[in-house]
Amino acid sequence: MTRRSVMLFGLLFALFVFVGIATGVQYTTLLLVQSFAYALIALGLNIQWGYGGLFNFSIMGMLMLGGAAVTFTSSPVNPGFWASEGPMLLGRAVLGLAVGLALVWGVGRIAVKGRLKAVLVVASWAAGYFIYRTQIDPAAAYIETTSGWVGGLGLNPVFGWILGGILAAGLALLMGKICLGLRTDYLAIATIGISEIIRALLKNMDWLTRGTKTVSPIPWPTPLPQDLQAAGMAVNDSFLYARLGFLAIAALILVVALFLVQRAYNGPWGRMMRAIRDNFISAGSMGKNVTQRQLELFVLGSVLMGIGGAMLVSFQQIYDPGAYQPINHTFLVWVMVIVGGAGNNFGAIFGGFLIYVAWMTSDQVAQAVLSTVSHWSTDLGWGAIPEIESRASQMRVFVLGIVITVAIRYFPRGLLPEVRRQ
Amino acid sequence: MSLLEISSLVGGYGGAPILNGVDMQIDQSDIGVIVGPNGAGKSTTLKAIFGLVSVTGGAIRFDGEEIQNSLPDRLVPKGLSFVPQEKNVFTSMSVEENLEMGAFTRTDDFRPTMEWVYEMFPVLREKRRQPAGELSGGQRQMVAMGRALMSKPKLLLLDEPSAGLSPRYVLEIFEQIVKVNKAGVGILMVEQNARQALAFASRGFVLATGKNRFTGTGRELIADPEVAKSFLGG
Amino acid sequence: MMNELIFFFNNVVVASIALGSIYAVAGVGVTLIFGILRFAHFAHGDMMTMGAFLAFVLAGLFATLGWSVPGLPTGFIVMPIAMVLTAIIAFGLDKAFYAPLRKRKASSVTLLIASIGVTLIVQGLIRLIFGSGAASFFETETKQLIRIPVPLEGVTRTINFTQPQLLMVLMTIVAVTVLHLFLTRSRLGKAMRAMADNADLAQVSGINTKLVVRVTWIIAGALAAMAGTMLALDVQLKPDLAFNIVLPIFAAAIVGGLGQPYGAIAAGYLIGFAESAAIFNWSVLLRPLQGILPFEVPVSITFVPTEYKLTVAFVILVVVLLWRPTGIFKGASS
Ligand SMILES: Nc1ncnc2c1ncn2[C@@H]1O[C@H](COP(=O)(O)OP(=O)(O)OP(=O)(O)O)[C@@H](O)[C@H]1O
Ligand SMILES: [Mg+2]
Repeated sequence: MTRRSVMLFGLLFALFVFVGIATGVQYTTLLLVQSFAYALIALGLNIQWGYGGLFNFSIMGMLMLGGAAVTFTSSPVNPGFWASEGPMLLGRAVLGLAVGLALVWGVGRIAVKGRLKAVLVVASWAAGYFIYRTQIDPAAAYIETTSGWVGGLGLNPVFGWILGGILAAGLALLMGKICLGLRTDYLAIATIGISEIIRALLKNMDWLTRGTKTVSPIPWPTPLPQDLQAAGMAVNDSFLYARLGFLAIAALILVVALFLVQRAYNGPWGRMMRAIRDNFISAGSMGKNVTQRQLELFVLGSVLMGIGGAMLVSFQQIYDPGAYQPINHTFLVWVMVIVGGAGNNFGAIFGGFLIYVAWMTSDQVAQAVLSTVSHWSTDLGWGAIPEIESRASQMRVFVLGIVITVAIRYFPRGLLPEVRRQ
Repeated sequence: MSLLEISSLVGGYGGAPILNGVDMQIDQSDIGVIVGPNGAGKSTTLKAIFGLVSVTGGAIRFDGEEIQNSLPDRLVPKGLSFVPQEKNVFTSMSVEENLEMGAFTRTDDFRPTMEWVYEMFPVLREKRRQPAGELSGGQRQMVAMGRALMSKPKLLLLDEPSAGLSPRYVLEIFEQIVKVNKAGVGILMVEQNARQALAFASRGFVLATGKNRFTGTGRELIADPEVAKSFLGG
Repeated sequence: MMNELIFFFNNVVVASIALGSIYAVAGVGVTLIFGILRFAHFAHGDMMTMGAFLAFVLAGLFATLGWSVPGLPTGFIVMPIAMVLTAIIAFGLDKAFYAPLRKRKASSVTLLIASIGVTLIVQGLIRLIFGSGAASFFETETKQLIRIPVPLEGVTRTINFTQPQLLMVLMTIVAVTVLHLFLTRSRLGKAMRAMADNADLAQVSGINTKLVVRVTWIIAGALAAMAGTMLALDVQLKPDLAFNIVLPIFAAAIVGGLGQPYGAIAAGYLIGFAESAAIFNWSVLLRPLQGILPFEVPVSITFVPTEYKLTVAFVILVVVLLWRPTGIFKGASS
């Protein structure tokens, strides 16, 4: 850590102290927990973009997947589902999917060429999809009417975080295998598209995720405020201490992740990554290896995103697939990494904290500014500004845009730039 | 005073300079030929004249005016044209549209010039509605030259006009270049077919590591045993 | 059977022509910007929304002044003004945000990120000024429904579409024709094609590339305002009106081959049709044939459930990117 980063982190600490004084300790602990999760996600993007130059715009999809993982593992078991025909119907749907995929795989292997092959491939995809739909549609309808949804496994949420990482890794592997060969801006658009497809699926597969009906409450890995109250703690204290407990785990995960990533990056693996990114052509002499290395970065970064997304959902105790937006969940993280300093882990984490606090507090600031202006305009006889609250909450989108464009134009390397080593 | 005068030119792509003192003089009646090993800075010299490479030292005078670091849209109206080494036609546009683009800076009627270009390269008239991307290498080179001539230049800069052409076409394109020169257009070209090109050059320049190594008429350079040994392959 | 075919026409053909026109007109803007400036202009959707909101404000202004043309929606009457204003703003956005980056020779990725910043700025401003709610051009005027009876025996259904949909198609035809003439007949239009084809050579030829860039923004801005206003006349006006369809628009531009306006137009309609056809209940067409079919026609056969309408475009986008990133019509642009 350089003096610059010590100073900036010192200022960040002071900012949190200030926010703490201004908004209260309770809100600040909430802010802190979420900041730690976002810092982890930003670290993930830094691995992909900062180290690998990989353009991942599917962060929202990764976070959603992580969140869904928590609902699978940690929601209470839904006995209605297990007692019904649901599991059997779902089993048949899985079988249908397997048959469909086998068909596609098999046709892909047939030794015909040219136009006929193309027709066969398309037909096999259509047939596979048809087989799957004939099984899943009735299964989904049945589950939704009889038992609502499949329910969870009632496990500790930490398993959900692990599963979140695994699911995100799986998605990243799939995406990387098919997309990483694309030119950067095409890759960006393809990843946005995939992210949107995931959102559409998770939002509409009510039998699996309850969709817009949302899943809640999701348990915590640490005692909840209610638990502490039951043990005789005062209400205010219970919120503080419960959040501090959660915070401790979040901080631990971030520190461990940072430690591992730093160590890997300073070793031979990291040197190779930098070689690939900075001098693509000469590293291209390594042939197929380059794509393999990039795939590693893509998967590794996505794991952190999946875990971060899972942590956020368990902390908020609610999984609402309808609440995910590219602005809040993809672009925000990009701003964190760009402003913090792509290629520098401490920069990304710094950006994660700074931008998240700015994002969360900017509507309060905007509200204060707008009501002051409103007072003036009332005094001047122009009338008050209508709907200050809803306007103020939109202010942050505008501010985020300004921050992105200013950063990219005047500090393209970020507040804590990457230290270039040979 | 010559049409083009280059003195102690220094310039490059932002890093270490590629050109370290190039001197050249060309008249409108001249055919100048630049030869030299790969990476000597031949293309860079032409680009520097045409404002595509930043010049950090020395001077380029064209028609009595200093023109270093002027951009092409100012140079073309002054009477300078450039045919790059590769990707020198608009492949998706018809031959005629390619020629029109060469006349973009002109505000007067350019049809007589187009007529003149068609007379010089009759194949182009035949193919004028075809996309330039569908032509053969030699025909494309003619389109590229035709496009550059549409601005009625005083001096035409050509970067390896014979690159990638079969020997028969090389000769043909050289004949065309001489014809263009006879019509009153000065030529400054880079060539890999050094011996052949120097044979009709009124001025020859041997460039190596961004500097003039030898300067003279084409015949003088061919006759010089040292040039022949090091640069013309014996 | 005829009744069912008319139902199909009203639900699929009309819908896909309307939607396809929006995708086509907006996609042309995206593809032109990519051809000339070589970056994916993500803020294009928000330029459309901005154009629609400008038209909305102008329509309100016209209404208070009592200006109107009988039989035509005021939103449509003010569209040319909104187009001019949006063109000017597009030009200003370039000057403020993209031109400085180009000057620094920033990569296309940097420009893409900047355009995301512009997206947020424009969207934030719209929400700040107009709030987050929806508005309609037809609060005081009525949206005219056009019904055309089909003079055949036993036909009870009529062919239905709204007046904005009709205007939308007519305007698209006008815009495409004008654009075609501009690109193939005018000196500047040809220079634009030249620059999209080979920017370095265009510069070498003495083409005023700065002028071409300016004209590109003006055309793209005007077309964006047109598409946005048309869309808002057809549906509703919201701050994320076009942000939500920016990916299908990119899909149109990419499927058509980036840099190729005609490709974008064709692909725009193709995607519009795919979206409408994917959610159509094909049982409607099969049921009259029940007599000759060997199986019982189910209540509903759709390619995808209705909620997944936009997903169809995303899937097309991803598949085309993977299978043939240069577009399916002509693989020239790189
Ligand atoms: N766009 C560029 N950016 C940076 N360096 C360049 C660029 N183009 C050429 N160079 C460098 O400038 C030097 C001279 O290149 P130039 O193209 O002028 O050579 P040349 O004499 O034309 O060779 P050739 O016969 O191969 O065409 C080379 O070392 C090359 O690596
Ligand atoms: Mg060269």
